Amino acid sequence: MTNVSCRNVSKKYGRKEALHSVDLTLPENGIAGIIGPNGSGKSTFLKLISGLIRPDSGTVKINGTETGRKSGSEAAYLSEEDSLYDFMTVGKTIAFSAGVYPGFDRELAHTLVEEMKLNEKDKVKHLSRGNKARLKLAVTMARKTPVLCLDEPLSGMDPLVREDILRLIVTHLDVEHQLCLITSHEVKELEPFLDHVLIMHDGQVVVDRNVEELKETERKSLIEMLREVTG
Amino acid sequence: MKHIEFNDYQPIYQQLMDHISQRICRGDLAPGEKLPSVRTMAVEAGVNPNTVSRTYMELEREKIVESRRGQGTFVTEEKQVIEKLRKSQAAVQADRFKSSMEQLGIDKETAFQLLNNTWDGNGGSS
Repeated sequence: MTNVSCRNVSKKYGRKEALHSVDLTLPENGIAGIIGPNGSGKSTFLKLISGLIRPDSGTVKINGTETGRKSGSEAAYLSEEDSLYDFMTVGKTIAFSAGVYPGFDRELAHTLVEEMKLNEKDKVKHLSRGNKARLKLAVTMARKTPVLCLDEPLSGMDPLVREDILRLIVTHLDVEHQLCLITSHEVKELEPFLDHVLIMHDGQVVVDRNVEELKETERKSLIEMLREVTG
Repeated sequence: MKHIEFNDYQPIYQQLMDHISQRICRGDLAPGEKLPSVRTMAVEAGVNPNTVSRTYMELEREKIVESRRGQGTFVTEEKQVIEKLRKSQAAVQADRFKSSMEQLGIDKETAFQLLNNTWDGNGGSS
């Protein structure tokens, strides 16, 4: 079980405040969706948890240790941006990742890549956008960190790739021990896969709830909730 | 298998319970048959594995399935339980039919007549 806590976390980029005193403890395991309009602070939140950026005030801790440069074995961050090297092949990308990330499960990476029908000899440069996304996810999942931060893994993908990506997560995430945070605008598609939801608006977390319980009490879809709290 | 279409107003585990119950009533899942593992069911249905665990737990509480340690989850072999389940599933559908008819302002007699016609295959939705 992993304890991720944020205490009064604020973050500014220049004068613009991206997060405003976020104070919460994340669920210990399972899949949590982070939804909200563009610019509401979702990516900033994930980057803070993975230790890629530091808060201006407040603390982010994973199991009692403040996140930072050394959080790589605790939290993996899947970037929305290109994070693969064009000149490498799929196979070389796996070998390279195994050298970079402590605890990288090479065997799992090969299995994932095979499950998604990628050819290890293909160069990253020649992969379609969907296949690049598949490879990025395979590399991230193979790190087997207690916390996975997936930033917009479905964005810009066709329906089949989106289905593939969600299937890969459901098949290989250890939902009893790992915590997977996913930001997405594909709210309806994501909803059945979520244990938990955070809704962000203007740099704050305005909803932080278990999805089934939310449905039982509110009898509403997440999109309706989103519309209500951000409208 | 195609992912199940879920409605917005009911918790997913309940919808999945209904879905599995219907398959059991139809005999699509036979008495004593092993249910797919939690993860397989999650992938098939397109839901979170934790939701499937909860679904199996609730089904077990209602004695519709039983889990055997280290072996998995199995459909009950008690015919009575399945018969009871069939009746309660049918009652739910009957309730739905009744309220739809009421919403259309159709009285009991007309509704029965419609049902009779539909049953005998003359006078559908033309």
